[in-house]
Amino acid sequence: MSFLALEGLEKTYADGTRAVRGIDLGIEEGELIVLLGPSGCGKTTTLRMIAGLELATGGAIRLAGRDVTSLRPSRRDVGMVFQFYALYPHLTVRENIAFPLRAAGVSPAEVSSRVDAVAARMDLVRLLPRYPKQLAGGDQQKVSLARAIVRRPAIYLMDEPLGTLDADQRLAMRELIRAEQLASKVTTIYVTHDQEEAMSLADRIVVMEGGRIRQVGTPAEVYDRPASRFVATFVGSPGMNFIAGEVVPGAAGPAGEGTFVAAQGKVRIDVPSARPGEVTLGIRCEHVYEDPLGPIAGSVVTEEYLGNASNVHVETEAGRLIMRTDSQSRRPRGSTVRLRLDPGYISVFDARTEERL
Amino acid sequence: MSARAVDVRDGAAPPAAGDVSRGEPPAPAAAGDAAFLSVRGVSKRLGHTQALRDIDLDARADELLVVLGPTGAGKTTLLRTIAGLETPDAGSVGMAGQDVTAVEPAARDVALVFQNFSLYPRWSVRRNLEFPLRAPGRNIAEAEIQRRIGWAAEILKISRFLDREASRLSGGEMQRVAIGRAIVRRPRLFLMDEPLTNLDAKLREALRVELVELRRTLRTPMVFVTHDQAEALSMADRIVVLSEGRILQTGTPREIYERPVSPIVALQLGQPAINLLRVRRAGGHWVTADGTPLMPALPTGPGERLLGIRPEDITPDTAAPAGAPGDAGEPSGVVKIVEYIGPTTTLLCEWAGARVHIMIPRRGQLRPGDRIRPRIDAARAVLFDVASDTKLPSTGGSA
Repeated sequence: MSFLALEGLEKTYADGTRAVRGIDLGIEEGELIVLLGPSGCGKTTTLRMIAGLELATGGAIRLAGRDVTSLRPSRRDVGMVFQFYALYPHLTVRENIAFPLRAAGVSPAEVSSRVDAVAARMDLVRLLPRYPKQLAGGDQQKVSLARAIVRRPAIYLMDEPLGTLDADQRLAMRELIRAEQLASKVTTIYVTHDQEEAMSLADRIVVMEGGRIRQVGTPAEVYDRPASRFVATFVGSPGMNFIAGEVVPGAAGPAGEGTFVAAQGKVRIDVPSARPGEVTLGIRCEHVYEDPLGPIAGSVVTEEYLGNASNVHVETEAGRLIMRTDSQSRRPRGSTVRLRLDPGYISVFDARTEERL
Repeated sequence: MSARAVDVRDGAAPPAAGDVSRGEPPAPAAAGDAAFLSVRGVSKRLGHTQALRDIDLDARADELLVVLGPTGAGKTTLLRTIAGLETPDAGSVGMAGQDVTAVEPAARDVALVFQNFSLYPRWSVRRNLEFPLRAPGRNIAEAEIQRRIGWAAEILKISRFLDREASRLSGGEMQRVAIGRAIVRRPRLFLMDEPLTNLDAKLREALRVELVELRRTLRTPMVFVTHDQAEALSMADRIVVLSEGRILQTGTPREIYERPVSPIVALQLGQPAINLLRVRRAGGHWVTADGTPLMPALPTGPGERLLGIRPEDITPDTAAPAGAPGDAGEPSGVVKIVEYIGPTTTLLCEWAGARVHIMIPRRGQLRPGDRIRPRIDAARAVLFDVASDTKLPSTGGSA
């Protein structure tokens, strides 16, 4: 039995909006799970139902073996983190961290020992008597995380907590959260629409769309073997390249080998174990290579320099493809190239259902 | 490319319709490498803040110039000064060789696109696009108006919802229409103030490329303001790095990424940020405070430097086990955090008495706690003078 189990969880609002349409998910103790999806996918509603801030209209929530579906938030032993707010400037680090415990009516002795414990774990002890303005930026973030997690509930629920921070702070905070979660092993459910945040933080990612779960897997599984075109597009920056075409039985290949044909037969690619039919072939930009003997011809439209790499946009006979290259090689606009796809990383989707085949 | 100047200022005759019906870009004000926009010695005070300090910049006739800087750097003030919405306290703004410092905003013939979409929500997309063309004094023929709207709608892929009410569009669609409203006027210069900032990541990514390609098609210069380093690197022909109202460096994205003039500039580009390590010369090497040698040092010049090395220019060598033949020595680094982000993996390591980011191809098998022997690519390191904040030449790749 999972530590946290969502069973057929549903939320339909009074106006008929079906925000969550039947979710089944098991989460193990100590896992960091990220609910990822575009706005309106139901991720925040799901989190709020786990917290007890919304009541489910169907299904059940079990936490550590206990049915908490209709319990009040305060009875569930969950800690909700909305945002890493700025620190109170007039309070010391100790007082800042103690604040949520004091607000919850915890006894002074208990407050003191818990602040000491979190400060020791996060290497903040020497900073406890200081005021926020005496701290370096990175230490301020550490303190705000310490304050957010000083209550030690069975589960942390984090709803886009990095939303208001700028890019550098987000990166630093992401690392802090990961380090702290690895150290404390408190089960954490983290909601975001930022796929990079999801990839970097999660033990497992739950991709949601339209109130349903579209895929559950490790970051590598979701990235390499997306369950649908939606997941393939949403995860990754840029999203996956797609080529529309058809799989025909392979001519001379081994049994089960098919040939993908696109662009009126001008593009032919062997794809292992694909059934004949109309398909969409998917490939990530880092698995597209320049190869004079490659099966796809095109010309360079744009090169996006990214510092540590470049994304080269190539208009091909099978549509536009993005190829990731190291940033040292330069390809002038308009130059013709031939492309090869790494066969180990080709995804094949049903053209009609858009599901992975 | 024709160098014929087309005047589409208010009240002036529209350009020949033939250009539009053939789907050709409108003729730019000038061609080639000549500077279209030249800002000279511009300073501007806003209240108690010196928003701009002695700004000099040029935008060529066929160029996308990105102004990059954090909030409060003066980016928007600079853009508003170019547009004529602010009057500089000192200095001048020139366009196509003409001093326009005293010219009214409307007469400068520039188009501004803002972060917020600024459409009339109750109007159709078509009416929003027509509006700037029907401004009093423009006298553009109806057929020409419709031609331009059709042309812009096709380029921006908004033909499908020309008759939809603007309030019913998604954020990305609205921003496309806002850009459409700027291009139907066929201005001499585009000024973009963080136009992608309010869009979600997927749309930003797509519109980034679309804007670059659109500008190239139109061959109209563009000044694009952003705080987003990825936008700056990927979109710019040249970047102007602005900080506290001052230009710190101007150059191509590669020049600024690879050869930043100061640690401040270095930190503005690249994610994760460049690693900056304080080093001193000892035994022919640059070594960190804890004695870790990083790379060979020339025997002349200052004995202390700040060494900048990008995460992708460090290799977390694990091949030779400790005690193996050769001089590999003990592993000196420890992996603390592994961030898997698709094509690459970022390691946060403790090494050389510092916390260092290392970026590796994604297939790395490293885990938190693993011991590594980081090696830096000396040819790609940048040495900064500790005192003056100025970049000094690298000791080169003789490692």
